Amino acid sequence: MEVLIEHDGSCRRLRLVGEMTIYEAEADKGALLEAAAHTDVELDLSGIGEIDSAGLQILLLLRREALAAGSGLRFTAQSAAVRELVGLFRLEATVGEGCSTRDEYAAAEKLS
Amino acid sequence: MSLDEVMHTFIAEARGLLHDMEESLLRLEAEPGDADALNAVFRAAHTIKGSAGVFGLQAIVGFTHTAESVLDLAREGRVEIDGDFVSAFLACRDHIAHLLECIIRGVPASVDLLAQGETLAQTLAALAPALLVPPPAGKAAEALRLPVANTEEGAWHISLRFGRDAFRQGMDPASFIRYLGSVGDIVHLVTLADALPPPGMMEPECCYLGFEVRVAASDEKGGLDRTRIEEVFEFVRDDCRLRILPPGSVVADYLELIDAVPETADRLGEILVACGALTEHELAGALGRQDAAGLHAVLGEVPVAERTVAPQVVEAALVRQQENRQHRPLEMSFIRVQADKLDHLINLVGELVIASAGVGMLAQRKRDGDMLEAVSAVSRLVEDIRDGAMRLRMVEIGDTFNRFRRVVRDVSREIGKDIDLVIDGGDTELDKSVVERIGDPLTHLVRNAMDHGIEPAERRLAAGKPAAGRVSLNAFHESGNIVIEVADDGGGLDRGRILAKAQERGLVDVGAVLADEDVWQLIFEPGFSTAAQVSNLSGRGVGMDVVKRAIEALRGTIEIDSRPGAGTTFRIRLPLTLAIIDGFLLAVGGGHYVVPLDMVLECVELDDPALHRRQGCLNLRGEVLPLLDLAQHFGLPQVEGRRRNVVVVQWAGHKAGLVVDALEGELQAVMKPLGRLFVRLRGIAGSTILGSGEVALMLDLQALIEDASCAPSASSKPSAA
Repeated sequence: MEVLIEHDGSCRRLRLVGEMTIYEAEADKGALLEAAAHTDVELDLSGIGEIDSAGLQILLLLRREALAAGSGLRFTAQSAAVRELVGLFRLEATVGEGCSTRDEYAAAEKLS
Repeated sequence: MSLDEVMHTFIAEARGLLHDMEESLLRLEAEPGDADALNAVFRAAHTIKGSAGVFGLQAIVGFTHTAESVLDLAREGRVEIDGDFVSAFLACRDHIAHLLECIIRGVPASVDLLAQGETLAQTLAALAPALLVPPPAGKAAEALRLPVANTEEGAWHISLRFGRDAFRQGMDPASFIRYLGSVGDIVHLVTLADALPPPGMMEPECCYLGFEVRVAASDEKGGLDRTRIEEVFEFVRDDCRLRILPPGSVVADYLELIDAVPETADRLGEILVACGALTEHELAGALGRQDAAGLHAVLGEVPVAERTVAPQVVEAALVRQQENRQHRPLEMSFIRVQADKLDHLINLVGELVIASAGVGMLAQRKRDGDMLEAVSAVSRLVEDIRDGAMRLRMVEIGDTFNRFRRVVRDVSREIGKDIDLVIDGGDTELDKSVVERIGDPLTHLVRNAMDHGIEPAERRLAAGKPAAGRVSLNAFHESGNIVIEVADDGGGLDRGRILAKAQERGLVDVGAVLADEDVWQLIFEPGFSTAAQVSNLSGRGVGMDVVKRAIEALRGTIEIDSRPGAGTTFRIRLPLTLAIIDGFLLAVGGGHYVVPLDMVLECVELDDPALHRRQGCLNLRGEVLPLLDLAQHFGLPQVEGRRRNVVVVQWAGHKAGLVVDALEGELQAVMKPLGRLFVRLRGIAGSTILGSGEVALMLDLQALIEDASCAPSASSKPSAA
């Protein structure tokens, strides 16, 4: 999987293209952690042709790291394959299309 | 591969698994807390069940399924692991072995066998009453006043934690969830990634995922029961923790689940409520929380912000990872090879050794320096290949020894004596064919030791010995032989009784004086037994002579060492020499002879040939060394006038000097047996072909050393070397 990086003001947009399966998992993890280490990141997964649990696991890791660092991670468009897997695992509210850690921070603040 | 070949593989594998199962069960008995051993037993049963299923061997599948279910409960700590548990499962293992035998012989299981299976299944059920009693559902639960979880009717709760190696084993949790969705309606599902370690330690090829799923039966998809759900996860059973709670499970069951999973109670409690397994109220009550309201606030509509991973979970995950890494290399480093392919290879290596020796000789004759160097390199490689090939057939005797744990355990229970088995030298290697044939003689010796050697507890205590008897198995290499000892700390052999019995049977003249060793050897006479009671095991007098013959068939010997009141040791000596040995070439009387290099201690020049012929022995640095003039001994032409040499050899602690014409260095000798005509030839063990094409005879040192010691010579003054 390739990571294409664009900058839009202070937001870093990552477009992932290719496959996110066990075969690329090792490489993907390193590349993504590095690319996503930024205060505001958008993740576009519309270019992912194939994804399996290993790939999804990496997305979960990214999200957790963002939450821990208090940074913003937003999932934008997703390919059909990604949507299917996210749906299967009922993770639409976590790493689904449109999910954003910033929203969660806001909601949490409202509660407190 | 034809179906037959596949079947062979299945049978070979199943046998191996049954062996593992037995070993692990015995380990478990010694250490009930050994989770690895319990897992190994489970894995063995599970794999057998799976493979048997592929072949449609219903009898095995059905029986193993029950065993597996109980083992699973045991893994969760819901069954006590004690002597009865182990005995029951050893019996199950035996039953599966019998079922396997029926399949191998192509006969259907007998009525008796099936009945036995039934009884065993009941024994298993008795171990784990929790298993077979369906949980009280709905009205029944009310009658019993058990709180039933107030949730959707008819939904099964499945808790899944995939193992780290799931991905590596080719399993993707997604496929299992999809499959699950095809057998039932997934009502709720929560994906858990709590086990994800910090990014630096997270290994992308490891699976850290877990799931809490609620599945409802669906008529279109064919209804749901526990078996169907278990079948969904059949292939990944080994690599995940699976817990199934049927519909109408009581709150207590969910609490047990909370206890059993790695996540914290709070965390899992929230998940269970979120997926509808429990109500908030139930959870609050169960966790002893005062404010159900507070809990609600946390759960609410807002997705729960995932917490950072608890340190204990990381620790546990890391430890598991380490264990797996250490476990894997060992399991994956073996290959199953057909024995006759190996034999063929070793034969070829033998031919290679001879051919290479021939090349060496030619090179020497040509005196071509480069050629000699090249040939020398080839010889070194051939030697290495030879060593490697021989080592392929070498097997550690430890496996054979370990099988005796079961024998000792069963026999000591049978005869009511408390006996420990001590094993030493399990890593001593010997040839595979020898290992196979040494099993029966050893079994007989061990049973003898237990039955006759070790006295009853009262006698032992009276003699000041510990009540528990001790049988020990030991193995080690010694001067080209492997020595196997079977010892007991019992009462020792009864010299008087043996002598009396021998005299009674006319084997020994009354009044003859015999050394201890000779008396002990009498017990190897056919039909000999001084046992007062003939037990099931031994005492019938058919054992010891068979043992001796078996050992001799392996070209070995057996000695006995016994002390009254202290115990008896049987010492079996087997030659390690396989077909190809490192030898030492000797020239005697115009011919060539070979002795195993291992048995050669040193070579000494003989200054005064005439002197030694009178004396028959040599003063070797103050030690008296019996000499044997090979030329004289074999009746070969004597070569006068040349300086002669003495090769000092040893066998079983005895030394002798062989007088020869010349020493011709080391060689690799491929030993060929003598023809049947020459088998009784004393002093010759076999023959070999030298590089020159000449035949050299291999010496039987045991016989020669005996001859050397009895040689009629003996002036009392030894000659100086």
